[in-house]
Amino acid sequence: MNASVDDAAIFARQGLQIAQPVARHVAQPRLSTRFGWLAQYAANAGLGLLLPGLLLALWSVTCQRHWVAEQILPPPAAVVDALYEVVQSDELLTHVRITLFRLASGLLIGGSVGLVLGFGMALSERVKAYVLPSFQWLAQLPVLGWIPLLIIFVGIEEPLKVSVVSIAACVPMSLGSMNAIRNIPRNLVEVGRVFQFSVWQLIRRVVLPAAAPGLFTALRQSVTQAWLAVIFVELLSSSEGLGFLMAYSRSLAQIDLVIVAMLVIGVLGLLIEGALQLLEQGLLGWRRSVF
Amino acid sequence: MKSLESWNWRGWVLPVFLLAVWQLATAQHWVNTKLIVPPIGVLTTGLKQVTQTDFYVGIVLSLGRDIGGFVAGALAGVALGVVVGVSSLADRVLSPTFHAARQISLFAWLPLLSALAGTGELSRVIFIAFSVLYPVALGTIEGVRSVSTGHREVARVYGFTHWQLLRRLILPSAAPQILGSLRLALIIAWMATIGAEFLLVNDTTGLGEIVFKGRRAFDVELILFGLLIIGLIGGSAGQLASRLETHWLRWRAPIR
Repeated sequence: MNASVDDAAIFARQGLQIAQPVARHVAQPRLSTRFGWLAQYAANAGLGLLLPGLLLALWSVTCQRHWVAEQILPPPAAVVDALYEVVQSDELLTHVRITLFRLASGLLIGGSVGLVLGFGMALSERVKAYVLPSFQWLAQLPVLGWIPLLIIFVGIEEPLKVSVVSIAACVPMSLGSMNAIRNIPRNLVEVGRVFQFSVWQLIRRVVLPAAAPGLFTALRQSVTQAWLAVIFVELLSSSEGLGFLMAYSRSLAQIDLVIVAMLVIGVLGLLIEGALQLLEQGLLGWRRSVF
Repeated sequence: MKSLESWNWRGWVLPVFLLAVWQLATAQHWVNTKLIVPPIGVLTTGLKQVTQTDFYVGIVLSLGRDIGGFVAGALAGVALGVVVGVSSLADRVLSPTFHAARQISLFAWLPLLSALAGTGELSRVIFIAFSVLYPVALGTIEGVRSVSTGHREVARVYGFTHWQLLRRLILPSAAPQILGSLRLALIIAWMATIGAEFLLVNDTTGLGEIVFKGRRAFDVELILFGLLIIGLIGGSAGQLASRLETHWLRWRAPIR
C-alpha cells in the first residue's frame, strides 16, 4: 500500500504509525538442493541437538575445570562407565524388570477398577450421584498422601508398592472414562436404540468406539500417574527397583548411577508412550479427523 | 443458590455410611484399634494439634514453599511457552530437549537435585517450580498457537510493538488455555510440595513432616489428621483457582 506524504503527516500528527508492509510469515527457507527435504530434516535435527550438545559441553567443562566437586557432579565419562558396568552385571535388568512389573500390575488393577467405576458412573445416574462426590473428594488428596497410612496397614513389601500404583492409576482412569462416555454424541446412542441393540451390542458397537479417544486420553493420564507413583514409592521405601537404585546411589554419593537411572527411566517412559501411540493407531486408525 | 430440597444428599450417603461403620467397628472392637483408630480419636488429636504453634508454622512453611515455587515456575512457564509458541526457531531448538526431559518422571529428578542443591528450602522451591514449569509451558504453547490470524492482522494494521503484541494480543487470546493449565499446575505443585517434604527429610517443619512424624511414632490419628488437612488445602486451592478462572474469563461468551 503506497502512502502519500500527506497521509504520513496526518498519521504522525496523531501519534500513529502507518503499517508498513511487513514481510508475511514466510515458509521456512527451503534448501534448494536435490535432496531438499533431507537437508531440511537434517537442519531441524541439528537445531534440536543444539541445546543438548551445549549442555553436554557445559557439563564436561564444569567437571574438567573442577568448578563443582566430583562427588556432586561426575563427568559424562563416568556416567557412561557406570551405565556399562550396571548393564554388564545384569543389575539394571533386575531393577527394570521389578519396576515394570509393579507398574504393570498397578495399572492393570487400578485401571480395570477405574474403568468399571467410570462406566458405572457414566451409564447410571444413580451410581454417579452416590459415588462421584466421594470420588472427587478423594481425588483431592495426592496419592502420595496415602502412603504413610498404607505403610502402617500393609507393611513395606510388595503389596504396598502395587496398591499405591493401583490407587494412582484408578482415579484418572475412572474420571477420564466417565467423561469420555458422557461426551458421546446423543444421536449415536439414538441410532443404536432405533436398531434395537441389546445392552451388550450397544456397548460394543456404539459406546466403545465412540468413547475410544477419550479412553485413550484417560489411559495416558493414568500411565503418567502410575509412573509418578511407582518412582515415588520406590524412592521412599523399597529395596529394589529403579527408584531404589536412585535412592541407594544417592546415599552412597554415586551420582553417576543416579544419572544412569534417570536416563533409563526417561527411555522407558519414551518406549511406553510409543507403545501407547502404536496401540492407539492400531485401534483408532479408522478415525478421520480434521487435524 | 440451591434450596434445601434440591441439596444433593445422595453424595453424602456413602461417606456418612462409611464413617458410621468405622465408628461402630472401633467402638465394638471388631478391628485392631491400634491400627484402625476411632474417628473421634482423629478429631481429638486434631484439636490438640490445632492448639500448637508448630502446626501453624508447618502449614505456613509448606504453603510458602508451594506458592513461591508455583509463582516462579508459572512465570518461567509462560515465558518459555510464549517464546516457543511465537518463534518457530525457538521451537525447533528448545522443544526436543523439553519433550525428552518431560519423559523422566517428576520425582526422578529429586535425588539429582538434592545432590546439587542440598535438602534445604532452596531445592524444595526449585523442585516445585520445576514441576509447575511443564504443564504451564505446554498450556501456554497451546494458547499461543490458538491466536486467530484475524486478530493478528488487526494488530499488524495497528502497528503494534512487540510489547503491545504480547500484552494486548497474545496473552488475552491465550488466557483460557493458560489459566486452565495454571489450575492443573496448582494441583501438581501441591503434590510436589508434599512429595518433596516426604523425600527430602530435614529438620525444618512442614505439613508433610507432620505426617511423617506421625508415621514414625505409629500415631495413626496424627497421620489421618495430617492427610485431612492436606486434602482440605488441596481442595480449597482447587476451588479458589476455579473461581478465579471463571472470574477472569467472564468476558468469554458461553460456548452454548
